[in-house]
Amino acid sequence: MSTVFIALQANEETRPIIEAIEIDNPAAVVNRQPAMVKIDAEGSLVIRKATIEELLGRSFDLQELHINLITLTGHVEEDDDSLTLSWNS
Amino acid sequence: MDMKVAKKKLGLKEKYRTMTRDLGWEPSYHSKEALFPYVGYEGIKIHDWDKWEDPFRLTMDAYWKYQAEKERKFYAIIDAHAQNNGHLNLTDARYLSALKIFLQAISPAEYAAHRGFARVGREFPGVGPQVACQMQAIDEIRHAQTQIHAMSNYNRYYNGFHAFADQRDRIWYTSVARSFFDDSMSAGPFEFMIAIGFSFEYVLTNLLFVPFMSGAAYNGDMATVTFGFSAQSDEARHMTLGLEVIKFILEQDPDNLPIVQAWIDKWFWRGFRVLGLVSTMMDYMLPKRVMSWREAWEIYGVENGGALFKDLARYGIKPPKDWDAAAKSIDHMSHQFMLGLYQWSFGTAFHAWIPSDDDMRWLSAKYPDSFDTYYRPRWEHIKKMAAAGTPFKNYGLAKLCQTCQLPCVFTEPDDPTLTCHRETVYKEHKYHFCSDGCQHVFENEPEKYIQAWLPMPQLFQDPVNGDLGEWMKWVSLLDGKDNGDYASSEDKQNFEAWRGLATTNQ
Repeated sequence: MSTVFIALQANEETRPIIEAIEIDNPAAVVNRQPAMVKIDAEGSLVIRKATIEELLGRSFDLQELHINLITLTGHVEEDDDSLTLSWNS
Repeated sequence: MDMKVAKKKLGLKEKYRTMTRDLGWEPSYHSKEALFPYVGYEGIKIHDWDKWEDPFRLTMDAYWKYQAEKERKFYAIIDAHAQNNGHLNLTDARYLSALKIFLQAISPAEYAAHRGFARVGREFPGVGPQVACQMQAIDEIRHAQTQIHAMSNYNRYYNGFHAFADQRDRIWYTSVARSFFDDSMSAGPFEFMIAIGFSFEYVLTNLLFVPFMSGAAYNGDMATVTFGFSAQSDEARHMTLGLEVIKFILEQDPDNLPIVQAWIDKWFWRGFRVLGLVSTMMDYMLPKRVMSWREAWEIYGVENGGALFKDLARYGIKPPKDWDAAAKSIDHMSHQFMLGLYQWSFGTAFHAWIPSDDDMRWLSAKYPDSFDTYYRPRWEHIKKMAAAGTPFKNYGLAKLCQTCQLPCVFTEPDDPTLTCHRETVYKEHKYHFCSDGCQHVFENEPEKYIQAWLPMPQLFQDPVNGDLGEWMKWVSLLDGKDNGDYASSEDKQNFEAWRGLATTNQ
């Protein structure tokens, strides 16, 4: 299975997003580097709006991710409730 | 009486349909062929433009909102950097050489990408790609502007930042990046998308930006971290567009596969050569290293590129033809490149230097199969020459590759002791190449590449006519200030003096 990843800036806005990703993807590996956090996952990785909102204590539009996004890989599938990265093989 | 009913907010997919797809129209008094004249000649067959998907479903209203927020964050930090003597927080001023190369070669490339995407956004008939290309065109000009603005703070204190626009057009090493973008912009719209959108953005851009910005963070350069991350936040969207483009083209018609494969082969190698400059930055120019070029290649080349091409295999796509040659060069390219930059440092608007003993220990550890065998002995020899007062300078002109425009300093893929050199005779003229990859690119389109502007022949033409001093004037290079060894540079003296003032009460 190939690895997908997403990298986000390390800041106050992304802290709850990263926590949410850890909750929703227990097998994901979180690499903390200066100024950025890179999260690797085998096959696929999901980011859920509901989990982020729970941790953030406010409503959250998944497109807010764009502000602090650094890079990602894999096919992107986004709707109102979640964003999924995956490889087909 | 009418009741005012609160309108239900549109869902993401509905909003994308309303604010992107519904913006298109069918032409009534011009034919589609007359409106989009460049979309057919490359041989790519598209049957249904509506099959185009934008996975992020970003609409223009949301785009402006988020871009404005990125700009506010950017300027808050740039102001703080300027107000707090941010330039004195650098590890040391050697780091600035990496920034100067970036400003002279990469920021103008962002501007070229802006022009390219503005053009293809006009040339594609589908609304989906038109909107996505328009966003990317605006992103790219924003990147050029924010980078120039951020680095202008360094221009107030250090040499080599003052004439990047002249140098973009005239100095020898920037023609590598410039010719790469000129090549893509003078291709058809589909080739441009595979060249820049897919091969550069998707396959290679992580190798440029992620280590560069981490390098800035490791070396205390807040200005560059900021413009880097601000630009990089757009990059994920560009990469996704690049992947979408290739899937879309391949799903539209089986006849598209061989055309696309040939473009991937060409543009992977072209991009890999451009990124050679990044390898020297990672292995030599950062006083505090992030990771070696080899390690970055393992993560973003082997692992990620491997996953990508495994995924695309279902369409019949194979990894780029010269992938193996690239892999074989990883242990050698940064060293061969930096030796070149050092011996020609009289002609660069940045400084080079001999790596310290510490640096060489790090290079041995990171390159156990190559550094001590092939490159340490050369650096030790150069060090002896410098100590004897006869520093090694090469006033001979480099033989440039007709395709990538780099000096032919690289070795054979299977023999690091033998310089790689290829020749092709075309219409009674002899052309030189640094590699099989560059020779193949030329031989597929010789009429295009024989027109390339090469900086070395320019030296013998007006207004330079072979005079080194005139050349320096013509490229806006201040001899003794912008160029030469870092050890004896004004940048080094000034940085140390100012930092001394900042940390003592003298």
